[in-house]
Amino acid sequence: MADSILDIRAKVLRGDATFKEVMQEHITALEAREPDVHAYVDTFKDEALAAAEAADQEIAKGDALPPLWGIPIALKGNILMRGKRATASSKILENYVAPYDATVTKRLRDAGAIVLGITNMDEFAMGSSNENSAFYPTKNPLDLSRVPGGSSGGSAAAVAMGSVPVALGTDTGGSIRLPASFCGLVGLKPTYGGVSRFGLIAMGSSLDQAGPLTHTVKDAALVHRIIAGKDPFDSTTYDEGTYLEVPKKEVYRIGVPYHLLEGIEADVREVFDKSVEKLKAQGHTIVDISVPLMKAGLAAYYIVMPAEVSSNMARYDGVRFGLHVDGKDLLDDYKSTRAEGFGMEVKRRILLGTYVLSAGYYDAYYGTAERVRDLMRAEFAETFTKVDVIMTPTAPMPAFKLGEKGDPLSMYLADVFTVSANLTGVPALSIPAGSVERDGVHLPVGIQCMAPHNGEERLFDLGIGYQGE
Amino acid sequence: MKREDIEALAELARIKLTPAETERFQGEFDAILEYVSAIKDVAKEDTSAPKVGTIHNIFREDTDPTPADAYTEDLLALAPKRQGRYLEVKKVLPTDHG
Repeated sequence: MADSILDIRAKVLRGDATFKEVMQEHITALEAREPDVHAYVDTFKDEALAAAEAADQEIAKGDALPPLWGIPIALKGNILMRGKRATASSKILENYVAPYDATVTKRLRDAGAIVLGITNMDEFAMGSSNENSAFYPTKNPLDLSRVPGGSSGGSAAAVAMGSVPVALGTDTGGSIRLPASFCGLVGLKPTYGGVSRFGLIAMGSSLDQAGPLTHTVKDAALVHRIIAGKDPFDSTTYDEGTYLEVPKKEVYRIGVPYHLLEGIEADVREVFDKSVEKLKAQGHTIVDISVPLMKAGLAAYYIVMPAEVSSNMARYDGVRFGLHVDGKDLLDDYKSTRAEGFGMEVKRRILLGTYVLSAGYYDAYYGTAERVRDLMRAEFAETFTKVDVIMTPTAPMPAFKLGEKGDPLSMYLADVFTVSANLTGVPALSIPAGSVERDGVHLPVGIQCMAPHNGEERLFDLGIGYQGE
Repeated sequence: MKREDIEALAELARIKLTPAETERFQGEFDAILEYVSAIKDVAKEDTSAPKVGTIHNIFREDTDPTPADAYTEDLLALAPKRQGRYLEVKKVLPTDHG
């Protein structure tokens, strides 16, 4: 396994390497794998190397250095960095240069991190495989015939191939956790409002959150603590005191909704069952819980999310920024620009969202889905009075082959365990749990742990214990 | 869902669709809508007004604006068509003179 952030920092502070040498190692890994994997949309190798050299000038400060000093990182293509392209892997934003830094970008750079590149993704984060990128699909570095998961597949691949120890992703329905599971990484979807969305290209505004993909839980915790917290530029970020404290404990009561595990692949279930045994051996208690509404979550998600997509995508009109295709009048400009600029999945979700919000269908679809969401929040709140954590597999399957999921509905089913955390706003952590064999290749699978709102520290505590970090 | 329904949605969403795209969506949407309709069995009655979560959007005080012109040129530089400090668009209201 490649070095973690904490490994790199310790190595440099011990004097065993310089930040420039570390950056060069990561660039070498990038150059070796990128032609096959296509994790990135843009890389800034010379700039990053120069920044690492500058970072070396401060090494004498030792532990006083900011926590990510000299660390190479990658940002998903929907996270803004001033002066760099933010394309969201869409033709409509192919030449869009970010005029400002996202809050998460600013916080990472203020902590000393050096951005080595911007990663590929499903267009506007709409997808579970990275095949919906308008540029090229990203491949899974562990098996190039398979997808890395999506939509933060480029970020996951960038970490898994050793080009950076951490990459930021965004998660609207599982887009950090699914790639983490498929690429053998740790991935965190924070509590809604935990991390600022200022400077993120919006998909589903009541669902989106940015979070880290890393090799270790400790690294995920480190990066999350840097990017989290109140931001005056995102009024949905919460203050200390908004939520009750979610305390760490010696051992946890872990709820497993066994009734939802019926449809998952047999060996994925075996890995999950082994994880349960391991947690029991560590002293935790496993409780069989019933969360019937979680099953309806995916249906509610595929109403709420397209509704928000149809609204958020309305800004791409070819007038203020992005692609412009000339038509015969202003209306035709809009229609032609959007026809050429958006890919199939984006169009599909805009139209579905338009449908579920249209007069006559609004209450039957969107109104009902929002009520289901309320009921789910209540169900989770009730469940968390009985257990400390809810645990499921992250996905019902390991990484699938490129082109395997042709029809949209079968692709949507990959999100069955992950969407509940977005709909209810609770934090969720995917941790590598083991592997299953497909065509002679060992493919990682993850387990997902969810905690009450603002319960990230509990998830880190459980995850660090589970991994023996 | 009929072909005209897809075309009406595309009109509302300001997207020009090719005949092939219209046909493909027509085939897919019935299956997707049937799948998501499962929610109706879960929340049959409108027993409560939809609520927002604990975290919701609150407008901040309209103070501390960005200094004038700090981002103006960067933003205008992204516009596909501009005239000086204006964005250029086609005429919105047609006249007899075209």
